[in-house]
Amino acid sequence: MPIPNNTDHSPGSLRRSYKRYLKERVIELLLFLAAFLSVFITFAIIYLLISESLVFFEHVSVWDFLTDTQWTPLFDDAHYGILPLVSGTAISSLVALVIALPFGTIIAIYLSEFAPFTVREIAKPFLELLGGIPTVVYGYFALLFVTPLLQTILPDLPGFSLLSAGLVMGIMIIPYVSSMTEDAMRSVPMHLREGSYAIGATRFQTAIKVVMPASLSGIAAAYILGISRAVGETMVVAIAAGMQPNLVWNPMEPAATITTYIVQVSLGDLPHGSVGYQTIFAAGLTLLLLTLVFNILGHLLRKRYREVY
Amino acid sequence: MQIFKPASGHTHSTVQKSVVNKLNFYYGGYQALKNIDMMVYEKQVTALIGPSGCGKSTFLRCFNRMHDLYPRNHYEGEIILHPDNANILSPEVDPIEVRMRISMVFQKPNPFPKSIFENVAYGLRIRGVKRRSILEERVENALRNAALWEEVKDRLGDLAFNLSGGQQQRLCIARALATDPEILLFDEPTSALDPIATASIEELISDLRNKVTILIVTHNMQQAARVSDYTAYMYMGELIEFGATDTIFIKPKNKQTEDYITGRFG
Repeated sequence: MPIPNNTDHSPGSLRRSYKRYLKERVIELLLFLAAFLSVFITFAIIYLLISESLVFFEHVSVWDFLTDTQWTPLFDDAHYGILPLVSGTAISSLVALVIALPFGTIIAIYLSEFAPFTVREIAKPFLELLGGIPTVVYGYFALLFVTPLLQTILPDLPGFSLLSAGLVMGIMIIPYVSSMTEDAMRSVPMHLREGSYAIGATRFQTAIKVVMPASLSGIAAAYILGISRAVGETMVVAIAAGMQPNLVWNPMEPAATITTYIVQVSLGDLPHGSVGYQTIFAAGLTLLLLTLVFNILGHLLRKRYREVY
Repeated sequence: MQIFKPASGHTHSTVQKSVVNKLNFYYGGYQALKNIDMMVYEKQVTALIGPSGCGKSTFLRCFNRMHDLYPRNHYEGEIILHPDNANILSPEVDPIEVRMRISMVFQKPNPFPKSIFENVAYGLRIRGVKRRSILEERVENALRNAALWEEVKDRLGDLAFNLSGGQQQRLCIARALATDPEILLFDEPTSALDPIATASIEELISDLRNKVTILIVTHNMQQAARVSDYTAYMYMGELIEFGATDTIFIKPKNKQTEDYITGRFG
C-alpha cells in the first residue's frame, strides 16, 4: 500500500485568506458601530442636559434650585425650587408602586408556581395587552372614570389628583412588574423546588421561602424597572393630576411632576434661550439623576443577590 | 468479568416497612412502571439498579408522591406504609403528609439560597418550629448524623453555596434528616460527585442504615453491592429480580440480572 504523500499539497494553502479576513473585519466594524451608536446617543443626551443646565445655573444658584419651595418660573415673581416637582413625582410614583409591586408580585407567584399550563397561556397575552394600551388612554381612564369613582368614596377629592393618576399608573405598570418577576421565578431550576417539596413543603411555602429568594436579583430588577417607569411616566399624570406645581405630600391634591412640567414648557411658546425655557433642562437633569440612582441601586442589588444554583 | 464483594457484617432485618403491590405508573399515556411487587424492610438499605430509562427513578419518586407535582401523571396499585398499614398512593392521602415522613435526596446537590443553618432548619420551620433552642439542637443533630458538623460548626451562617459539592450533598442529607423521616430516598446521590466525595456519601449511607430505612437508586453496581442489604433489578419498567444483595450479586436467579450485573449489557 503506498504511503500517502503529505507534502503533495499546493504551496501556500496554509496562508491567511485576506478575503475572509477582510470580511470578518467589516462585520466586526458594523457590529461595533451599532453598539457604539447607542452609547454615543446616551452620552450626547447627557452632554446636552448638562451643558444646557449650566446656562440655567448661571441665573439660578444650585442652593435655591434645591431648597426653594416654589416653582414659578413663568410668573413675574419667579421662583426656581425643584422640590414641588420632586414631591409630585415622588407621591404619584409611590401611589403607583403601592399598587404595582404587590399585585405584580402576587400575579407572578400565581402564574409561575400555581397556574396550570393552560391558564398561564391564556392569562399572559392578556396581561401583555394591558401593557400595550397607549398611556394617553390610561390618562383619560384616570380622569374620566377613576376620579369620579373615587369621588363617590372621597367626596373632597378634586377633579385632578395625584391619587387617581398614581392608581392608574400602578395598574399600567403591573404587567411590567409581573412579567419580569415571573420570568425570574420561572428561571429557578426545578430541582431546587423539588428539594423543598420533597421534605413536605407546600407550593406557597416553596414559592415564598425558596423560589423568591433564589430569584431575588431578577425580582429586584423588575421592581427597579417599575420604579423607573413610574418616575418617568408623563401622560397619565399630565392628564389626571393637573399641572400646578404644588409642594404637597398629600396624594389627594393636584400637582405637577417633573415630566409634566417639561411637556408643559416644551409645548408652550417660551422663547428658546430664556431662563424659563432653560428650566426644562435642569428638570430633565434632575429626572435623569433620579432614575440613575435607581439603576445603580438595582445594579448593586443584583450583585448582592447574585443567583447561584 | 468481576463478581463484587457484597456488603457484609450487619444483620438483615425482616420487619416490613413498606409493601409495594401491583404498582403501575403512567406519564400521561406512557406506562413507565409495570405491575411492580416489592418489599422494603425496616432499617435496611434497598438499592434499585438497572439500565437508564428502566424506571428506577420513577419508582423511587412514587414513594414520596413527587409525581403529583406534574399534571397527567397517574398511579395504580398500592404502596402500603407500615405501621399505619395505609396506601400512600390513595387519593385520600395528603402527599404533603407523605413527604413529611418520607424524604428525598437528589442527584444534583440542591441547597437553597440560604445559610447552612437555615438549609437544615428548613423542614422544621415549615412545620412551624420556632423555638431557637429546639432548632439549634435539631440542626446540630442532623449535621452530626450527616457527618458534616465538624466541618461547618464555625460557619453555620455562611451561604450553603460556598460549600464543596460533596459537602453540599451531605448538607442536603442533613436537611432531609432534620425532620426525622422514616424512609430516606436517594436518587443517584453520588452521580454528580468526585470519587472522594462519593466515598464519604457511601460511608454515610452505611452509617445511616441503623437509624432510618433507605431506598437508593444507583447506576453504579459496585455502589449497590457496597451499601445495600437488598437489591432490586429493574428493566423496561418491570421488576426483574428482588432479593438480598448477596444473593443477587453472587447467584442471581434470572439470566438477565446476571448479564447486567456482570457487565454484559446495560
